Amino acid sequence: MATQDIAESGRESPGVSFLYDPKIRGIVYQAVVFIAIIGLIYWIVGNTVANLQRANIASGFSFLKGRAGFDVSESLIAYSSDSTYARALLVGVLNTLYVAAIGIVTASIIGFLVGIGRLSRNWLIAKICLVYVEVFRNIPTLLVIFFWYFGVLSVLPEVRESYSLPFSSFLNKRGLFFPDPVWGDKAWLIGVAVLVGLALSVLVSRWARSRQMATGQIFPVYRTAAALIFGLPLLAFILAGFPLSFNYPKLGTFNLAGGSQVRPEFLALFLALSFYTASFIAEVVRAGILGVSKGQTEAASALGLRPGQTMRQVVVPQALRIIIPPLTNQYLNLIKNSSLAIAIGFPDLVAVGGTILNQTGQAIEIVAIWMAIYLGISLATSAFMNWFNGKMALVER
Amino acid sequence: MANLDLTPRLGPDLNFVRKEMAAAERPPIGVGGLTHWLRTNLFATPTDAALSILAILALVWFLPPMFDWLFINAAWTGSDRTACITVAQGGLQPANWSGACWPFIHAKFEQFIYGRYPMEERWRVNLTAALFVLLLVPLLIPRAPYKKLNALLFFVAFPVVAFFLLVGGSLDLSYVETPLWGGLLVTLVLAFVGIVVSLPLGIILAMGRRSKLPVIKLLSVIFIETVRGVPLVTVLFMASVMLPLFLPPGTNFDKLLRALIGVALFETAYLAEVVRGGLQAIPKGQFEGADSLGLSYWQKMRLIILPQALKLVIPGIVNSFISLFKDTSLVYIIGMFDLLGIVRQNFSDTNWASPETPATGLIFAGFVFWIFCFGMSRYSIFMERRLDTSHK
Amino acid sequence: MKKSVFKSVLGVAALAWTATVANAGTLDDVKAKGFLQCGVNTSLAGFSAPNDKGEWSGFDVDYCRAVAAAVFGDATKVKFTPLNAKERFTALQSGEIDLLVRNTTYTISRDTALGLDFAGINYYDGQGFMINAKKLSGINSALQLSGASICVQSGTTTELNLADYFKTNKMEYNPVVFEKLEEVNAAYDAGRCDAYTSDQSQLYAVRLSLANPDDHVVLPEIISKEPFGLGVRQGDSQWADVVRWTHFAMLNAEEFGITQANVEEMKNSANPEIKRLLGSEADTKIGTDLGLTNDWVVRIIKGVGNYGEVFERNLGASSPLKIARGLNAQWTKGGLQYGVPVR
Repeated sequence: MATQDIAESGRESPGVSFLYDPKIRGIVYQAVVFIAIIGLIYWIVGNTVANLQRANIASGFSFLKGRAGFDVSESLIAYSSDSTYARALLVGVLNTLYVAAIGIVTASIIGFLVGIGRLSRNWLIAKICLVYVEVFRNIPTLLVIFFWYFGVLSVLPEVRESYSLPFSSFLNKRGLFFPDPVWGDKAWLIGVAVLVGLALSVLVSRWARSRQMATGQIFPVYRTAAALIFGLPLLAFILAGFPLSFNYPKLGTFNLAGGSQVRPEFLALFLALSFYTASFIAEVVRAGILGVSKGQTEAASALGLRPGQTMRQVVVPQALRIIIPPLTNQYLNLIKNSSLAIAIGFPDLVAVGGTILNQTGQAIEIVAIWMAIYLGISLATSAFMNWFNGKMALVER
Repeated sequence: MANLDLTPRLGPDLNFVRKEMAAAERPPIGVGGLTHWLRTNLFATPTDAALSILAILALVWFLPPMFDWLFINAAWTGSDRTACITVAQGGLQPANWSGACWPFIHAKFEQFIYGRYPMEERWRVNLTAALFVLLLVPLLIPRAPYKKLNALLFFVAFPVVAFFLLVGGSLDLSYVETPLWGGLLVTLVLAFVGIVVSLPLGIILAMGRRSKLPVIKLLSVIFIETVRGVPLVTVLFMASVMLPLFLPPGTNFDKLLRALIGVALFETAYLAEVVRGGLQAIPKGQFEGADSLGLSYWQKMRLIILPQALKLVIPGIVNSFISLFKDTSLVYIIGMFDLLGIVRQNFSDTNWASPETPATGLIFAGFVFWIFCFGMSRYSIFMERRLDTSHK
Repeated sequence: MKKSVFKSVLGVAALAWTATVANAGTLDDVKAKGFLQCGVNTSLAGFSAPNDKGEWSGFDVDYCRAVAAAVFGDATKVKFTPLNAKERFTALQSGEIDLLVRNTTYTISRDTALGLDFAGINYYDGQGFMINAKKLSGINSALQLSGASICVQSGTTTELNLADYFKTNKMEYNPVVFEKLEEVNAAYDAGRCDAYTSDQSQLYAVRLSLANPDDHVVLPEIISKEPFGLGVRQGDSQWADVVRWTHFAMLNAEEFGITQANVEEMKNSANPEIKRLLGSEADTKIGTDLGLTNDWVVRIIKGVGNYGEVFERNLGASSPLKIARGLNAQWTKGGLQYGVPVR
């Protein structure tokens, strides 16, 4: 900084000991801190090695190749007790990512709705949103998770008395059961149709924009795109001769067999993370919308935009610039809070790692893996949000 | 306004001057009053009306059963689980009964506050709490005098006194080992020590991150970003499982201390970022002014920059203290019994096991946490407003 | 010995008053600090559980007391460190505790790779299943559990045995895994699982804490061997000897009918074996060779009683658990508990 240079040159008068030279002092300070840190690390490593030797624990990551021997209740990839520890950890990482990803989506949706709701002219809605935010913001995440878990468990019925839901779905203490789609022969046509629909929509929207720029005529892009994206696959579905059947859940001796199951642990964690984080996102959104000056809204109505258009075209794009940085923090918090899965037995990275730590005693390695993976996820999320923020940022002309 | 604008456009030949007074209009219906309030606040547009009706339906569906469960149906007296289970389960309540089990909270209340701290020594906890309140309240009231002395007592003298009071082992006080501590006591000790240790460290780290010395800056950035990038659970696991391995063979220290170190390290990184925000908000002129007066770096920071920066970030510090307070509940995962932990642990007490016990206990714990956090957040908002006006 | 370097490094180390260095001789360290630091389960009815005042009781707790009695002649000179499954081995390795009596299964990998030694087996257990007989009235064998949701604590041998058992019997199951015992209990009680698997002793203890204990039955199958070992640090054979012979002394005392009540009279018994055990034989060196006093067995029995008494008080008929002696009966009565001769 320039400021320091002034100070430095002021001090460089003859007769002053070099001890008072800020440059040399800076170097000395840094060297002292650096040596202290290195010394501390050396001391820690020495102790750790001695401790491990004393405890007869082999260090290193070779234990990852060993057979895990335990089962995991929920896995996105093939896993059995014969798989390796490394694969068990991968199962944990994927579960963490999965619950965090859909948690982020739901929390954002609820958060935006509640944040806008708090600004609603409707007194009742505004108050309900306020109470929601104040309740969830002021209790610990862990408690919210317990609450959803035990709340969900104590309210839901036994397997034999399951609630029947539409589409042959069932809800009971063991979770939510719903039919599994089984795709037939020509089902790939539907996938192709979705892709074609998407591609056509992009083309249509580009054409519509250039036409609007040129002639000012507006083309109903959204409706056309919806028709393309949903209509084409439906058409393909009919042409392919309805290649879809369902594997319905049926009552077995203990549980419902067949179909897909969402377990209560997952449900509780997902709901808790969504509702807890949503209360923070709501505040971020509210602050963002309030941050857009009222003149913008008034100018938009003066131009004749409808309230919906004003929101979409004027307020939200500007609010997003205020919202995105704190929103990123909330997403990171949600990802980190997903580690509380361990308290209710959802097999995320920390829970699976904890089990392995227990089986093998490789504390340092497991903690290192945890930290590295969470750091990686956090950095990746920040990088993505920064990129998104950059795209949204005000382009000053 | 509109009339005034129209006049010139009509032209001189169409000039119109009203000859007689316009008749008074009828007063608007119900400005104020319930109908008007309802119309403007709940039924302004059809969408609004629909939303209001939905919300009212939801409240009607949700609130009365909750009220029933919490108060009307709840068991209020009893000495063991029979008060909270149905006749079929061997208790006193009618079949299909469901309600809160308040006798459970009543019976365990002391344990929820003190953990297993010996009965005859609990006055020490009470005395510490009284001192805490006595020192904290004047600190929070902006107009109370002797702020510096007060802060010094609260952040330096009080922890020392509290340590000797709670731990004992000297001055004729018997020694109370920390595994006996529990409940709200542990929650408050963790949160308070967390903030007292992490505030100075956080300030130093924030200064380190803003420093021009590359090594110091790099080390600060690495520490802050690493800790902020990982969940508290892993930091706590590290503190509880790995810390003993880092120290010379055979060295051994208290489990509560390990949790404290974990919590303080974690909080330090977050506070450092809060303080950095404050440092960044100080205009460059202040730095330059201090330099031009010939102040050294530490003088500059201590006398010019930090007093301004810290004042700016008081709400931020309170907010991060709220998160810290909530996060202390995670020590339950490493096997310590803070408020939430001890409530959870008591669910498996044979005397009180009932289907209603967990929900009751969790609601109680949630309520206690909520009171503390809500109070602090209100205070933070109050400070924010105060500081805001002082800058206008 | 206080470790001053450590104190100065951590500014907050004022709390670290327990900083001690456990060098080679745990026995000397224990004697020097004046109490035994014993690692026990955080809460397991019958084995180790604190009451509201923080006083510990249980079978494992009495074993800690017995060793304290052998060393100090005072069964109260012991402090308890409640440990969960994850912390127990590190706690012993790091020297935080001197002795681990926390229903820990004795296995070769724990003996060789984890830096601890087992000085004896104080309880022979096996893994079993518990179900709610009221809800699942047709089930009377673990082999009928295919497709069931099963609650289990993570990071225990139980979890591994469960996987192996279902695999060998070609059955399927849904594991519902928790870190903490309280969580497993709560989930099972709430009806999250059909069955609860753990060591049978633990199942009996858990059953007591359920809302309706009488609805639940423990199925007959035992799917594993779970001998609970007394854990000490590896490479300290003197200390291991003290713990090992405390255990054998309690067994021998039961075999000879020496109880807490009659131990003083028994000192004058005519039976030379009893006299040798109680150290009242002339010129005996048994106790001093062990690093203790010659009346060490008397101290143990006065402190906690013989094996049978400790069992009855905490687990047997006079406890709420009412577990039969079974495998833990004396070898003379068809059990596995065999007191190696003291001579």
